[in-house]
Amino acid sequence: MEEATHTPAEQDFLRALAAALPAERVRSGRESLQPYECDGLSVLRELPLCVVLPQDREEVQTLLRLCRQYQIPVVPRGAGTGLSGGARPVAGAVLLSLARMNRILDIDLENRTARVQPGVRNLAISEAVRPFGFYYAPDPSSQIACSIGGNVAENSGGVHCLKYGLTVHNVLALEVLTADGEVLHLGGLTPDVPGYDLLALFIGSEGLLGIVVEVTVRLLPVPENTVVLLAAFAELSLAADAVSAIIAAGIIPAGLEMMDRLAIQAAEDFVHAGYPRDAAAILLCELDGSAEELVERVALVEEILRRQGADSIRVARDPDTRALLWKGRKAAFPAVGRMAPDYYCMDGTIPRGRLAEVLEQIARWSEEIGLAVANVFHAGDGNLHPLILYDANAAGQIAAAESFGQRILALCVEVGGSITGEHGVGVEKLDSMCVQFSAAELETMHRIKGAFDPEGRLNPGKAIPTLHRCAELGAMHVHGGVLPFPELERF
Amino acid sequence: MDITGRLQEQVQDAYAAQRPLRIRAGTTKSFYGRPVDADAELDLREHSGIVDYQPAELYVTVRAGTRLRELQETLAGQGQTLAFEPPCHGEDSTIGGVVACGFSGPARPYAGSARDHLLGVRILDGRGQDLRFGGHVMKNVAGYDLSRLMVGAQGSLGVLLELSLKVLPLPARHMTFVQERQMAAAIKEMQRWEAQPIPLSASAWMDGQLYLRFSGAESALAGLRACVGGDLLLPAEATQFWAQLRDQQLPFFAPGSALWRLALPTGTPPVLMELPQLLEWGGSIRWLRGDASAEEIRAQTASRNGYAIQYRGAPNPHPLPPLSEPLRILHGRVKDAMDPRHILNPGRLYADL
Ligand SMILES: Cc1cc2nc3c(=O)[nH]c(=O)nc-3n(C[C@H](O)[C@H](O)[C@H](O)COP(=O)(O)OP(=O)(O)OC[C@H]3O[C@@H](n4cnc5c(N)ncnc54)[C@H](O)[C@@H]3O)c2cc1C
Ligand SMILES: Cc1cc2nc3c(=O)[nH]c(=O)nc-3n(C[C@H](O)[C@H](O)[C@H](O)COP(=O)(O)OP(=O)(O)OC[C@H]3O[C@@H](n4cnc5c(N)ncnc54)[C@H](O)[C@@H]3O)c2cc1C
Repeated sequence: MEEATHTPAEQDFLRALAAALPAERVRSGRESLQPYECDGLSVLRELPLCVVLPQDREEVQTLLRLCRQYQIPVVPRGAGTGLSGGARPVAGAVLLSLARMNRILDIDLENRTARVQPGVRNLAISEAVRPFGFYYAPDPSSQIACSIGGNVAENSGGVHCLKYGLTVHNVLALEVLTADGEVLHLGGLTPDVPGYDLLALFIGSEGLLGIVVEVTVRLLPVPENTVVLLAAFAELSLAADAVSAIIAAGIIPAGLEMMDRLAIQAAEDFVHAGYPRDAAAILLCELDGSAEELVERVALVEEILRRQGADSIRVARDPDTRALLWKGRKAAFPAVGRMAPDYYCMDGTIPRGRLAEVLEQIARWSEEIGLAVANVFHAGDGNLHPLILYDANAAGQIAAAESFGQRILALCVEVGGSITGEHGVGVEKLDSMCVQFSAAELETMHRIKGAFDPEGRLNPGKAIPTLHRCAELGAMHVHGGVLPFPELERF
Repeated sequence: MDITGRLQEQVQDAYAAQRPLRIRAGTTKSFYGRPVDADAELDLREHSGIVDYQPAELYVTVRAGTRLRELQETLAGQGQTLAFEPPCHGEDSTIGGVVACGFSGPARPYAGSARDHLLGVRILDGRGQDLRFGGHVMKNVAGYDLSRLMVGAQGSLGVLLELSLKVLPLPARHMTFVQERQMAAAIKEMQRWEAQPIPLSASAWMDGQLYLRFSGAESALAGLRACVGGDLLLPAEATQFWAQLRDQQLPFFAPGSALWRLALPTGTPPVLMELPQLLEWGGSIRWLRGDASAEEIRAQTASRNGYAIQYRGAPNPHPLPPLSEPLRILHGRVKDAMDPRHILNPGRLYADL
C-alpha cells in the first residue's frame, strides 16, 4: 500500500472518508488509481490521492465537507474524454468521478426539457427522447462517451452548433454544489431568471467554480428532413473560401465541416465512408428543414460550391448514406490516431475569412518542423482542430509538437480568434492564456474564482494561469489582434 | 465617437473618491428597476459608433452608446439583423442599455436571448480598468464567460464600452396567423406548435386571439397556410403588431395600473385569470395589469416554479423577487470582485448590489 507516502493530514482524511462513505465508493492504491491518471490528453499524467465515485448528491456533499475540513483539493471528472487536461488529477487531491451519477431523472415533454444527472452520456439524452421526436442539439464527436457534466464544464460544441448553439445555449438550469457543499440553483425553466447570469458564467468554468450535480437541458424537435452534401476540392484554399461563401450567402447550415487530405485518407482507411481519396479537402454540409425549403437550399448550396471550384458534389438524402458520411467525420480523430504513435489535437478559433491563409501557414510550419498535420474541423464556426502527428518515444518530438501547437494558437489570437473554441484551457493551454488576456483580465478571473471558491479547493492550477507564470513566460498579450511589436520575429 | 479615455478617467476618479456613479444612456428605461443611489452621472451617449462590422463573419462590434435604431438600420442595409429582436423603448434607446437590461423581443424563445447573441465585451470595471472578455468569433471558451455575465446586470458589474454581437440574415418572409382561442386553449396550441420542427418565430395571446408568426425563406413557409389555420394577417399589419408588442406600445401596456411580468414554465395553465393578461414567448411570459397584491402574485408564481417582476407602476422598493440566501451571498461576492467600492449603479438591481 501507498499509505507511507501520505502526509498525516491525508491519512486522517482517508480514514474519515472511509468512515463516511461505503467502501466501494472510494479507490486508493496505485493500481486502482492508474485508470484515472489522465484524461483525453494522455501526455499529462498524475496520480490522485484517491478516487471517489459518489452515487448521489448527498454523497458528493459528504465528500466536499470532508475536503473542506481536511483542506484537501478536489478535481472533478466526468468521462475523462477532455482534451486539455482539465480532469487530470492533482497530486494530493481527490479525484471526484461523477460517472456513476448517470440517471435521467425526468423527461418533460410539455416543456421540452430533460433533467439528468451529470454522469449521463451526451448521446444517451438524445437516445432517450428520440422516440418522442426530440433530441439534444450539442453533439461533440465524443458524444457516445462524454458526460453532460463535462459538456457543461467545457461549454462543449459539436457538428450542429453552427445552427443550434453550444452547451450554453441549450442548458436551462443547473444544480451545483459549491466547494463547501452548499447547493446552488442556477438558471431555471423560465426565461431570464432575475439576478446575475451565473448560469452563463458557470458554463465553461472547467470545474473551478463548483460541482455540477444536476443538469436541465432544452430539447429540440427532430428536423423534418435532412440532406448532407459532400463536396470535394482540389485545393485546400478553395474549400476554405467556399465555407465563407456559403455563410456570406445568408445560409446557416445545420453543420459545415471540413477535412483535409490526410484526414480524408485516415477516415477512409478506418471506416470506408466513401470519401474521395484524391481530394485535397472535402466539405460536409448538412441542411435541414421542410421538403420544399430543402429543394431550394440544396440547389443554392450546390451552385455556390460549384462556383467556388468543387470538383464533385454528392448529395445524401437517405438516412443510411447520411450516417455513413458523418461516420467518417465523427471517427476522424481515432482514425488519424492510427497513422502515428501519437497526435496532439489543437482547438483554436478564427474568423472564417482567414481560414485559407491560416491553414496554409500551418502547412508551411508543418514542413519546416517536420511533423505532419491533419485537419478535420468545424469550419462553419471557424473552429480549427489541427492534429499534429508525432512520436512520444522519438527524442524531442513531444516538445516540438507542443511548441508547434502554441505557435498555431498564437496565430489564432493574432488573426482575431481564440486559443480554444470548445476543448477548454485545462492545464494544456495555460501559457496561451497569457497571450490572449492581459494581466488585469486574468486577475479579474481569479477574483471571480475567489467569489465562488475562496479557498481555491476546486481543480487548482487549471484554466487560469497565475500572473507569475505569465510574467516568467514573458508572453506578449495580443490586444485586439495587434501584437505589441509586429515587426519583430516572435517564434 | 470614442470617449473611452474620458469615461475611464471618470470611473477611476469615482473609485478613488468612493463616489457612486449612475450609468446613463438613453434614459428610456428609468421606469424599470430600482433607483440608483448616486448623484454623479456617467453619460454613455456620446460613446457611439460602429467599430467593426463584418457581414460575412456574422458579427458587429459597436460602442455601447450607439442608438439601437441606427445599429439596426446599418445591419438591415446588409440584409442582416439582431435575431433576438431587441425592444426599442424610444428613439434614444442604446444597444448598451438593451444588453445591460438583458431585454429580448418576441423571437426570444425560438432565436435565443440577448445573452445568447453576445460574443464579447469591452468594459470598465469598478476600478476603472479597461478589460475585454469573449471576442468576435462564434466559439470561445478561453477563461470564464464574463461577457455574458454582463447581460442583465444593469451596469452593476461594469460599464459596457463595446459589444460584439452575432448578427444573422433577415428572414426573407414572415407569416402571422390569428386564431380565436381562450387562454387555456391558446397555451396548449403554442405548446403544440413549439414541439414541431417548423420555423415558428413568435407567439402571443391577447384579447381572445392567438398570434403565431413563422419566418424563413419563401419555400420554408410554403406549406404552412394549409396546416396552421386561422386568418393570415396582412404583412404591414403583422409587422406593426409584433413591433408594438416588442416595444410595449400596444394599448395593453398604456400607463395606468401596475404592470407585472410573470415568467412561468411554458406549459403552466392559466393563473390569476381575474386580471387582464397578455401572453408571449409560448406562454412563458404573462403580462398582468391591475392592482392585485404583490404577495398574492408572487405566491402564485413561485408555487409554479416561476417568478414575478413588478415592471412598472406603484413604487415598489423590491421590483425583483428576492434571491435565495446562498445566491444572495454569491451575488454580493461577484459584485465585490468586479466593483469592490460599489460605485457602479449601486442599488439598481438589488439594494445591496
Ligand atoms: C475523440 C474525441 C472527440 C471530441 N470531440 C469534441 C467535439 O466535437 N466538441 C467538443 O466540444 N469536445 C470534443 N471532445 C472533448 C471532450 O469530449 C469534451 O470536452 C467533453 O465535454 C468532456 O466531457 P467528459 O465527461 O469526458 O469530461 P472530463 O474530461 O472528465 O472533464 C472535463 C472537464 O470538466 C470538469 N468536469 C467534469 N464533470 C464535471 C462536473 N460534474 N462538475 C464540474 N466539473 C466537471 C473536469 O474537471 C474537467 O475540467 C472530444 C474528445 C475526444 C476524445
Ligand atoms: C436629471 C436626471 C435624474 C435622474 N435621476 C434618476 C434617479 O435618481 N434614479 C434613477 O434610477 N434614474 C434616474 N434617472 C434616469 C436614469 O438616467 C436612468 O434610469 C438609468 O440610468 C437608465 O439609463 P437609460 O435609460 O439612460 O439607459 P438605457 O439605455 O435605458 O439603460 C438602461 C439600464 O442600463 C444601464 N446602462 C445603459 N448603458 C450602459 C452601459 N453602456 N454600461 C453599463 N450599463 C449601462 C443603465 O444604467 C440602466 O440601468 C435620471 C435621469 C435624469 C436625466
